Amino acid sequence: MRDRPHPPLRGDLPGERGGENLKVVGRPLPRVDAAAKVTGRAMYADDLLPARTLHCRILRSPHPHARILSIDTSAARRIPGVVAVITGSDLPIKFGILPVTQDERALEHEKVRYVGDPIAAVAATDEEIAAAACDAIAVEYEVLEPVMSINAALGVPKDERIQDYGGPNNVHKFVALEFGEVEGVFERADHVREDVFFFQGNTHLPMEQHSAVATYIDGKVTLWSSTQVVHYVHRALAKVLELPMHRIRVIGAAHGGGFGGKTDPFAHEIIVAKLAMMTGRPVKCTLTREEVFYAHRGRHPVLMWVRTGVTRDGQITAMHFRTALDGGAYGSYGVASTFYTGALQTVTYDIPAYRFEGCRVFTNKPPCGPKRGHGTPQPRFALELHLEKIAHDLGIDPVELKRRNFVKPDTRTVNWLRVTSCGLEECTEKVMVASRFRERKKQAGHGMGFAISSYLSGAGTAIYWNDMPHSEVQIKVDRGGVTAYCGAMDIGQGSDSVLATIVAEELGLQPADVRLVTADTDTTPIDLGSYSSRVTFMAGNAALEAARKMRALLVEAVEAGGHRFEDVTFEEASILAEARFGTLATAGSYTPPKIAGPYKGSGVGPSPAYSYSACVVDLDADARTGLITVNKVWIAHDVGRAINPLLVEGQVEGSVYMGLGEALMEEQAFRKGLHKWPSMLEYKSPTFLDMPEVETFIVETIDPEGPYGAKEAGQGPLLPVPPAVCAALHDALGVWIDEIPVTPEKVVEALRRKEKGEPARYGPSAFPSIPYPPTIKVEPPPKDPSATAASI
Amino acid sequence: MKNELARDVERVVLFLDVNGERRDLLLPVHKTLLEVLREDMQLTGTKHGCELGECGTCTVLIDGRPELSCLLLPVQLQGRAITTIEGMAHGAELHPLQTAFAELGAAQCGYCTPGILLSARSLLESNAKPSRDEIREALAGNLCRCTGYTKIIEAIELAAGRMK
Amino acid sequence: MAAELGSRAMFVAGGTDLFPKLKRRQFEIDTVIGLDFLPREIHNGSNECTVDAGVTLADASRDAHVNARFKGYADAAGLVSSPPLRNAGTIGGNLCVDTRCNYYDMTYEWRKAAGFCMKKDGDICLVAPSSPRCWAVSSSDTAPMAIALDVMSLRLRATPEMRSAYVKLRRRGSIDFPIAGAAVAAQLDGDIVTSCRIVLSAVASYPLQATAAEAFLKGKRLDGEAIDQAAELAARPAKPLDNADLTHFWRKRMVRVVVEQALHRISDQGAGFDG
Repeated sequence: MRDRPHPPLRGDLPGERGGENLKVVGRPLPRVDAAAKVTGRAMYADDLLPARTLHCRILRSPHPHARILSIDTSAARRIPGVVAVITGSDLPIKFGILPVTQDERALEHEKVRYVGDPIAAVAATDEEIAAAACDAIAVEYEVLEPVMSINAALGVPKDERIQDYGGPNNVHKFVALEFGEVEGVFERADHVREDVFFFQGNTHLPMEQHSAVATYIDGKVTLWSSTQVVHYVHRALAKVLELPMHRIRVIGAAHGGGFGGKTDPFAHEIIVAKLAMMTGRPVKCTLTREEVFYAHRGRHPVLMWVRTGVTRDGQITAMHFRTALDGGAYGSYGVASTFYTGALQTVTYDIPAYRFEGCRVFTNKPPCGPKRGHGTPQPRFALELHLEKIAHDLGIDPVELKRRNFVKPDTRTVNWLRVTSCGLEECTEKVMVASRFRERKKQAGHGMGFAISSYLSGAGTAIYWNDMPHSEVQIKVDRGGVTAYCGAMDIGQGSDSVLATIVAEELGLQPADVRLVTADTDTTPIDLGSYSSRVTFMAGNAALEAARKMRALLVEAVEAGGHRFEDVTFEEASILAEARFGTLATAGSYTPPKIAGPYKGSGVGPSPAYSYSACVVDLDADARTGLITVNKVWIAHDVGRAINPLLVEGQVEGSVYMGLGEALMEEQAFRKGLHKWPSMLEYKSPTFLDMPEVETFIVETIDPEGPYGAKEAGQGPLLPVPPAVCAALHDALGVWIDEIPVTPEKVVEALRRKEKGEPARYGPSAFPSIPYPPTIKVEPPPKDPSATAASI
Repeated sequence: MKNELARDVERVVLFLDVNGERRDLLLPVHKTLLEVLREDMQLTGTKHGCELGECGTCTVLIDGRPELSCLLLPVQLQGRAITTIEGMAHGAELHPLQTAFAELGAAQCGYCTPGILLSARSLLESNAKPSRDEIREALAGNLCRCTGYTKIIEAIELAAGRMK
Repeated sequence: MAAELGSRAMFVAGGTDLFPKLKRRQFEIDTVIGLDFLPREIHNGSNECTVDAGVTLADASRDAHVNARFKGYADAAGLVSSPPLRNAGTIGGNLCVDTRCNYYDMTYEWRKAAGFCMKKDGDICLVAPSSPRCWAVSSSDTAPMAIALDVMSLRLRATPEMRSAYVKLRRRGSIDFPIAGAAVAAQLDGDIVTSCRIVLSAVASYPLQATAAEAFLKGKRLDGEAIDQAAELAARPAKPLDNADLTHFWRKRMVRVVVEQALHRISDQGAGFDG
């Protein structure tokens, strides 16, 4: 292939190692949709307005917990401009993201379980009429006692339980696993410590409100939606509407932010499809900001207890971790979330014996689900601070103690998780040196804190069990043009750019030369969607395979014509190949290796590769007011390989931002059964003035299985931020805040306790007594010091 | 469908100057500028995140200064120059801020981007070489959830440098 | 026109407070009467300054004369909400900004679910259910400062010895309403306080004048000790309740801190202007 002009290298960035001769991978190129986004031309779901569109509004429950006695829509139907009104009896089939928890209805007609639960929907000629019609729907309720906390959910319900399945009282799910024997080890440990922590729930708050538009033409539903996973929406629509999948098409519109919050199929998506079928007109529903708070699926509030045994020099010998998750009213991803609160402790620290007990309860709040880091930022916060405290107990530098326990590359953890590449050491060194952490001076009111983390590059098992690939890519070449097709959804993280870059690299083109068709269930092959940081790894590998097959066709045709591939243009090569082979189309797919351990519940946690991060936070804290000013954050992230360093940095910086928001101010709080502040004014999301400088270091460990060695970047870097803030606060004021968010009143209260000679901390005092089931004992994998990625 | 015509909504005839073009409109008097731009003029580049004046997403320029279109009534805006993201580029040529945002990855999901670009443009028109703190102050009414603001600040600095 | 329409009409200046409230159905009216005809000039006289009600908060906060003579007033205007709202919101509007409460500044649906409160559609105060009155909080930034400056119909009057300062506490650097604030205007003869007004924001249903602290400071040297004692006196009448951001215990504690900070700014400031 004759060289095309390539973008300049950026000397300060990694990814440009000598000898590898990558042409576009590793370059800081603009995203492929940059021009559309900076000119306002990207079309988001609410920007679509097909002719004759009806507007839909949804009537929602004003009660956190109630039985519905009757729904009278007659007055609403009489309002001029109202075209259709539906209730739960029109959509009675239940759905849900996980096969084991199909517990949601698009509209509830029997029982409501949180303030905001959908009850009825109206399609009208404009939104105001639809809203007035919702107002005119009369619903009779039998109000039930709401269950608003973990402790309340563990007790006997006063009226009735929230869901009719799960464990005792309002328990949804128990997990109890033990890898190796912990009890004996605790007895023999030089030091054992127990701590209790709480991580408050918070929400994604995407700037774009959820929106969906449906049409029904020729017996076929087409839905444009702001979703992270067209495939799961497709499945839910087929189930609830009772239509075969080929009569439904789901298209991902330009996406205004997800962070996990648009990963479930939602009621409004099903409702507009149903209303379009009934009215024969396009129907649109855009949630109000308040409704977005009710759609939620955000960070679970998690109460945590951890006990760890260590040797005198800080080597971990055993750990017992308990979690209790406040799940809200429905299952959502909750079973997976529960496993995740216990899964990844072992992929950063070598824990020889590990016991985990988890419990998720139902409460009368909007359902919790996956938010950036899904189920792992809470235990990461607890684990990092717990180890800090152990280090203080032993008089060992916390960084050193953590380092002594870092997992090594190419190992299997005690819970059978396979670790391949691991850049923990490099990441730690980067932030230590850049922040001059070790040279910091002890100074009241000023502190620095350190923490690490890890996250999945995609889940190793699919949500509904099957042997099919998790991601597929097709490439078509004709007359010199290249189109790549993939079900992956670009939610702003840049997955389209990653696909284009990989295809371009293999075919000797620029990313901008590659046309993309993505996230359309009619025209693109499957991809399971943008969640669990899976797209670069999985769709990337699928694209790599498809592109290499295409390159082979081109090379064969060029050489058969008596030329060398290097000497012809892409256009010439494609003409030779199309003449020789006919239509040029190749496909690639990715199925994760079967690496889950031999036990029930082993499906949550395995990933083909783990990213690693290390972070230092520098802050000032005022002892009198408790106010905290974060001065700077240094963060190093092992992304395996930066396919596009600009996008990787963007993901890392965005993660730090969201981590700081969670650490210091964001809080999904309730009062008297209601969301306390469902607005962007009262739910505190950091502004330009609340964000410190961030210095980002990309570490490349070139994972053996990632595309060009790439791993994830979008979630892992959030995780170390909250514990690093708390470690820094302890450094500054000598108090532990064992509860997220760290608000000034908690700091002041901890300092008051310290002055009174009480323990210098603020946080939960005890972990509740939970009737966990008998622990399933799992034999750890054999220890083989010569193990490599290939052999394990 | 006859009944929907019977709704008693006061309508007004207005002439608005949007992106330098005169637009003649017949509008319900209570419709916000945000709604009119998006629904009556198909200028969907102006986004919305709360419609209550809390997030800055729907920022447009009124006589060159950023204001929130969700809290403006077109009846108040006759004779004033309204600029939306669609009016930022010169034909096919992007504004230096747009170029810099694209080059540095200052737009991720891109949803807050139109409002932020307009606020930034207003800033650079009154202060050609703003400091980082001045950028933060000027943009403090525009929330973003993706970027952590870092690349936005860098892109504004890059554009300011090029516009000199 | 307003008289004709009665309670079904309201005045609107910038609309930044009224329109969100209309959207949340906190007011239900048929007509808004635009105040675009209001004058919008800043008149600078020799020792007074008149800010027309129609002047935007952004213009007032950036005006060189207002900054030089009435620093506290310029700061208060510049600390309201966020830049795009200050470009639309007016001085007159911010003075009249409705009291706030996080049981009240909610959508119609939310308020209906919570049970309507006496401020609109209901008959009890949800923050203090046994109380006969509404406990919504005065949340204007410029009103306390205007009172501290003893403003006559938006006429800011200054003598060369006049100094002013406004300190605002809020969770974020922008957008948020005050959760505690101190507006101080003082005349100093050297470092002796000859007269002084201290007005608190966001701790009562109206801008709360800290008269005991004012009386205490009169004739005192404005040093650290005097500031400490004055701040303690000023904080005493503040009664924040659980209807704004962060806990009211902490907000109560912070009143003293913001008053102290404002008084320190006064003591650090030079004279208001050299005229």
